Amino acid sequence: MNKLLNRRNFLKGGLATTAAAAVLKNSDTQAAGHFDGYPDSMGVLVDLTRCVGCRSCEAACNKEQQLPEPAKPYDDFSVFDEMHHGQKRRTDETRYTVVNRYDVPEIDHPLFRKIQCNHCAEPACLTSCFVNAYTKTPEGAVIYNPKVCVGCRNCMIACPFYIPTFKFSHAFTPRIMKCIFCYDTRLKDGKAPACVEACPQEALTFGKRTEVLEMGKQRIRMTPGKYVNHVYGEHEVGGTAWMYLSSVPFDKVGLDTHLPNEPIIYSVKDFLAMVPMVLTIWPGLFVGFHLLATRKDKIKELEDAKNKKNDEKEEQV
Amino acid sequence: MRTRKKILRTALALAVGTIFIAPSQIWCMDASDAPESVTIDLMAELYGPVEFDHLMHTDVASCQDCHHQTTGGEVTDPSCARCHRGTDEGDSVGCSECHVTDRFNATNVKALEDPQLYHFDKPGLKGAYHINCIGCHKTVDGPTGCQDCHTMTDAGEKMFSTGKHAPAKGTSSSGHH
Ligand code: SF4
Ligand code: SF4
Repeated sequence: MNKLLNRRNFLKGGLATTAAAAVLKNSDTQAAGHFDGYPDSMGVLVDLTRCVGCRSCEAACNKEQQLPEPAKPYDDFSVFDEMHHGQKRRTDETRYTVVNRYDVPEIDHPLFRKIQCNHCAEPACLTSCFVNAYTKTPEGAVIYNPKVCVGCRNCMIACPFYIPTFKFSHAFTPRIMKCIFCYDTRLKDGKAPACVEACPQEALTFGKRTEVLEMGKQRIRMTPGKYVNHVYGEHEVGGTAWMYLSSVPFDKVGLDTHLPNEPIIYSVKDFLAMVPMVLTIWPGLFVGFHLLATRKDKIKELEDAKNKKNDEKEEQV
Repeated sequence: MRTRKKILRTALALAVGTIFIAPSQIWCMDASDAPESVTIDLMAELYGPVEFDHLMHTDVASCQDCHHQTTGGEVTDPSCARCHRGTDEGDSVGCSECHVTDRFNATNVKALEDPQLYHFDKPGLKGAYHINCIGCHKTVDGPTGCQDCHTMTDAGEKMFSTGKHAPAKGTSSSGHH
């Protein structure tokens, strides 16, 4: 499976020949079946009942990753009211993480959730990238090699959490931009990411993924009624390194509750079977991913409609 | 940490005193033994030290609200008592005696792999303070904004891109929300 997860040398040698080899690898790994994630992967448990929306994590990330100066200071909380095209703030090339506020009518105080890459065990961004710009490291981080990226945006579309974004500072050097779990500066030396270190509330708990998952389950068990009985990310899209605990249903804090428990790669398997033809059917590739993306939204729409109906029913009862 | 020494000295004096009165009993502190003020300088890089008005808080909360099981009294919570009755842990009063300052450093994270470790999700010191303080302040409508308790240092303003280091067009708020 390492083949699938570490394919950085892709562009060494001639593009075409290596492409053929890598494509073969792809079909091999599909046959190899399910990957349970690296056993020593690190993880972060995000406890939404602890987050107070102080934005220290955002500030710490900005400095650690040397990102551009923000539009507003990090102690300016008017950002929580910002809406862009009817949506709350999202991560982009200037910010790998953002904290949003969620007003849930059932409870008397607002909730906050930090958004960043969830560092999937089997990342859809990685499997969708045909120049193998992405690597899942044994420490759990999903990192990328901007030099290899051709700017096709497949990963952007494939990611179930809408995380990767692009910087087009130069027309010919597109660059993926997303959270890398502070891999270069911290994680690879066993250190917690900057956001975790900055969080005053320990809303972010860093440790081995298996350990923090256990902590999540223990918190649920030891404080009955406080949490929804589920650790979001334990199984979603095959498991993620960043996982969430919440006191309200996860969709109320903007998490997609309709994601499959299998890695996204399985739902695009048929499509990936076409990959060997990738160099001849460029346009097809894009259509495929577009279909995939619209299907993702379609499923969500249908589910939302269904839920709404159910909610209405419940209200009547 | 002058204040901490003071607590320890008081504790020692009390402990010595108690030995003569009731040799078999664990000594116990109450609010009148408490220091008036405690300086907390855990995040001194980004924020100046906090002068915590301990005396005022003994009026509005009971010792156990913060010093859960550790005011030197007999351990009462049955699930804690199973292990801690009559042990040293019951004698520790300061938060940092159990809550470590660098919870997520490689050594501390590695230590969690010990399968025999019971308290494997114990908050670090910074977490313990904030979860406890803000948790209670939320329920009693106390201050909850960062700068209600902390004064930012220059390094803090830099980190938060605020004050002198605010973006040209940006506006800063007071830290309330
Ligand atoms: S959250 Fe998105 S960008 Fe992050 S690893 Fe998963 S698929 Fe890739
Ligand atoms: S630093 Fe912690 S408490 Fe503050 S917004 Fe980020 S996750 Fe929430």
